[in-house]
Amino acid sequence: MNATMTIEAGGSEAAMRQRLVVIGNGMAGCRAVEEILARDPQRFDVTIFGAEPRVNYNRIMLSPVLAGEKTFDEIVINGQDWYDDNRITLVSGDRVDHIDRDNKCVVAASGRTEPYDTLLIATGSDPFIIPVPGSDLEGVVTFRDLDDVDRMLAAADRGGDAVVIGGGLLGLEAAHGLSLRGMKVTVVHLMPTLMERQLDEAAGWLLKTELERRGQTILTGANTKQIHGIDGKVVGIELADGTRVKADIVVMAAGIRPATGLAKAAGLDVERGVLVDDHMVTSDPAILAVGECVQHRGLCYGLVAPLWDMCRSLADYVTEAPTGFEGTVTSTKLKVSGIDLFSAGDFSGSPGPDGELCEDIVMRDASRGVYKRVVVRDGKLIGAVLYGDTADGNWYFDLMRQESDVSDIREALIFGQAFASGGALADPNAAVAALSAEAEICGCNGVSKGKIVSCIEGGAHSVDAVRATCKASASCGQCTGLVESLLSITLGGEVESGPKTMCKCTTFSHAEVRRLIVEKGLREMPEVMQELHWTTPDGCASCRPALNYYLLCAWPGEYEDDQKSRFVNERLHANIQKDGTYSVVPRMWGGLTNPRELRAIADVVEKFNAPMVKVTGGQRLDIFGIRKEDLPAVWADLNAAGMVSGHAYGKSLRTVKTCVGSEWCRFGTQDSTGLGVKIERMTWGSWMPHKFKIAVSGCPRNCAEATIKDFGVVCVDSGYELHVGGNGGIKVRATDLLCKVATEEEALEHCAAFIQLYREEAWYLERTAPWIERVGLDTVKAALFDDPDTVAQLAARFRHSQQFMQDDPWAQRASGDRADLHNHIATVRPLEMEMAR
Amino acid sequence: MIGDWLDIGPVTQIEPGTARTLPVEGGEEIAVFHTMRNEFFAIVNLCPHRRGPLSQGIVHGDVVTCPLHNWNISLRSGQALGGDEGCVPTIPLRVDAGRIYLLRAAVIAPREARAA
Ligand code: SRM
Ligand SMILES: Cc1cc2nc3c(=O)[nH]c(=O)nc-3n(C[C@H](O)[C@H](O)[C@H](O)COP(=O)(O)OP(=O)(O)OC[C@H]3O[C@@H](n4cnc5c(N)ncnc54)[C@H](O)[C@@H]3O)c2cc1C
Ligand code: SF4
Ligand code: FES
Repeated sequence: MNATMTIEAGGSEAAMRQRLVVIGNGMAGCRAVEEILARDPQRFDVTIFGAEPRVNYNRIMLSPVLAGEKTFDEIVINGQDWYDDNRITLVSGDRVDHIDRDNKCVVAASGRTEPYDTLLIATGSDPFIIPVPGSDLEGVVTFRDLDDVDRMLAAADRGGDAVVIGGGLLGLEAAHGLSLRGMKVTVVHLMPTLMERQLDEAAGWLLKTELERRGQTILTGANTKQIHGIDGKVVGIELADGTRVKADIVVMAAGIRPATGLAKAAGLDVERGVLVDDHMVTSDPAILAVGECVQHRGLCYGLVAPLWDMCRSLADYVTEAPTGFEGTVTSTKLKVSGIDLFSAGDFSGSPGPDGELCEDIVMRDASRGVYKRVVVRDGKLIGAVLYGDTADGNWYFDLMRQESDVSDIREALIFGQAFASGGALADPNAAVAALSAEAEICGCNGVSKGKIVSCIEGGAHSVDAVRATCKASASCGQCTGLVESLLSITLGGEVESGPKTMCKCTTFSHAEVRRLIVEKGLREMPEVMQELHWTTPDGCASCRPALNYYLLCAWPGEYEDDQKSRFVNERLHANIQKDGTYSVVPRMWGGLTNPRELRAIADVVEKFNAPMVKVTGGQRLDIFGIRKEDLPAVWADLNAAGMVSGHAYGKSLRTVKTCVGSEWCRFGTQDSTGLGVKIERMTWGSWMPHKFKIAVSGCPRNCAEATIKDFGVVCVDSGYELHVGGNGGIKVRATDLLCKVATEEEALEHCAAFIQLYREEAWYLERTAPWIERVGLDTVKAALFDDPDTVAQLAARFRHSQQFMQDDPWAQRASGDRADLHNHIATVRPLEMEMAR
Repeated sequence: MIGDWLDIGPVTQIEPGTARTLPVEGGEEIAVFHTMRNEFFAIVNLCPHRRGPLSQGIVHGDVVTCPLHNWNISLRSGQALGGDEGCVPTIPLRVDAGRIYLLRAAVIAPREARAA
């Protein structure tokens, strides 16, 4: 390299200059030239080729141009006078087609040939066009240069519908512009989270909600299958699931690819991008490359900040004062007016090189729509996601780039720079102590510091007691930390801990979460986490299943069950066994069966080579050793004989055990078998806080063991004794008598009402026995019987929710639903390394 | 370059928060995970405790909880976390242009990887 740079002594000034040819009149190419000129204006004769027919402009401002907030003239970086003043030859509107390394010259489309001593490749990226039928139709556009913006503006003038494929930064800025220009916009995004490379699920959900509120339609998890056209012009798109969306224009914003074609054809080393070293030198010492087209230390960049650093390093190198570019963290902001969003660094939670674990610090302010998350590893800030309040974005970004030690300000970090650098105030207790008595602590319920303190002095010695007495922190919970501080300032060490919180992700207990879901009308899991200030971005293995159940119970028919928050048994509708196979238990209503069912079970056992079939303790048959791939086929065969899932795997109704009763038994007083079947038909399929077992015995001899069940019926001559809260498992508990009723109808009604009360009141993973021990039988009785209408109301709510639960999950899977949960991706045959699908 | 990597299909075939399986004839089955934070990992589908199918566990962060006895296994390192001890082999994975690739050499030799 140095050889080509050596300046010959003597000759005219012009003859002394090296010829620098730049391919690409974009952001990096021109910046590199600026940097070189600033260091040594005499070194080169510069020629810049640009495929676009215009001067150097600020590409990132194309979004404001589309949105009507800026004009092209306002975004020009270097006008024609800059080229003239610096004796730069601009060859615009002429694409370089060929690099001739042997003769050290480039050849453009016009035929123009330009020799170089040093060549700089700055070709940027090409938009990625997803390879679906119809992607070449008229009206399918990309978003990369001014011509694209003009095409979109022309379409917007005609009005109508726009589809944007890709919910990343570029796609959302296109969608915003088109929507401001009056088009009806649908964003189609492959991944479940918008901007998933910059945002986590929580922030992505907030963004989606806001865009929807503004009238855009956001389809996530949506895979475009085809673009439809008439007479060569686009009319709409079709998704893999068959959904069709009308479109007068389709914007492809599904990603970019480094533009490496020229470099590759010239034989330079190219992987995803053109390979360069820390000085931006390619595998040919006479050729440099910079910008989005390069790959440096394994990374390709798609934002401008790192490109500026590359240009600096390049200029230092060619002017013989090499410094080197070592790679950098990047940050992102979305240029959509009114939406504040910031993301930087690594927020995936990856441990460091020596296995140092990451720690998430999350703060949510539901009333202001704010979500902040910073990730700390080994005393350093390594990532941040901010939504709704990005004031501290730059401060976090600086801490990241300087790799500052944040251990000392860790507690205050999430509250931002003002708070963290407040010296003494960095101690949260000191900050709270300094507040005046009038200062409002709880915004939701308008409770001042003074009021909370007097309430604590009046005997409320725990967060929970404070919540109960003056309502502070009882709604959104954001001020829980402040209330805790007030407790410890006022009481010293005597703070009593309240009921256990649901898990480490929240300060709320199960009871409070349940109440707030209903009171605040929270309908989705990310919404619960945001509104109730979850301290983790996406919960944990213990709160996710609980929240899924609470939402399912609160919003029957409306809430969409979240399969990834379910334990494997409930996700695969079978019981996992120690060897990773599954057991299958079809329902046998009330323990009754018939030849058709028995034959179908026998056939399944033979057909699938099940190693064992056994009578369970719940009066039915269990088929063992089925592989997850075979489950849908097994279920199809059982369904064909009229059998449905027995939910032997679920936090749900298990079995209704019966005895033979008055139909056959010489002591039987009522038709216990018949009632058992009716109860099972009414209750099967219902999701509950924990598993739920029922039994009906025909007389007090109690052969169905009804008095160790969650709900037990013991028939007597005068009617039916209803028992609740029994358990035959780890800790045996005999039932309590709830009441006695005269008819089967009343027995069914009370059963439905009791189950619904349990479903609405108990905590997740709490069976009826511990639930009743906790709240007391009297409370349960009072809840059911104090008001004469309650039993009917609870039973009605139960029946309503059952409408949506009694779809046999096996039948859905047997018909092909969620095949991805059962099938392998493929099988690898190592010999040929072939994939058999 | 490409030849060293085995293309196992698009990223969309695995819902975030779940895993899917890839049996290997003559080798151990591989579990390919897609986390809720949009990272992908491949590990041998056997829990170091008692060979539970890790692909069927609940995924949170970059950790899977084994469905059999709730051990927590790091998807990144294959190490058992908390007080538990053991390790499951990991298979190098990369994502490019929306497709998932596994390192060919590690796919056929996950057994050796464990021995190493
Ligand atoms: C299959 C069966 C044993 C058998 O071969 O008969 C069985 C098998 C299991 N029982 Fe049970 N229980 C079975 C009847 C019982 C009974 C008897 C009954 O229902 O009349 C009891 C005591 C009654 C009770 O629940 O109050 C019983 C009390 C338990 C317990 C303790 C529950 C408790 O609250 O203390 C557990 C553990 C748990 O649920 O956390 C349990 C857990 C289990 C699990 C699910 C263990 C597990 O998590 O993997 C076993 C699953 C095996 C499988 O894959 O099918 N099993 N289990 C019975 C299935 C009944 C059915 O048709 O659905
Ligand atoms: C709408 C939009 C919004 C953006 N917003 C942001 C943002 O907010 N923040 C951020 O950091 N980044 C943003 N970016 C990305 C940023 O613009 C790019 O990172 C940056 O422009 C890359 O610079 P570059 O010089 O490598 O490529 P470019 O700026 O694309 O320049 C490459 C130039 O080379 C020309 N060219 C290519 N091949 C040839 C050839 N063979 N012969 C002659 N000329 C050729 C091209 O026509 C192009 O003009 C945005 C991008 C777009 C499109
Ligand atoms: S008692 Fe139940 S949980 Fe225990 S081994 Fe038997 S089936 Fe399994
Ligand atoms: S086999 Fe995984 S925890 Fe026991």
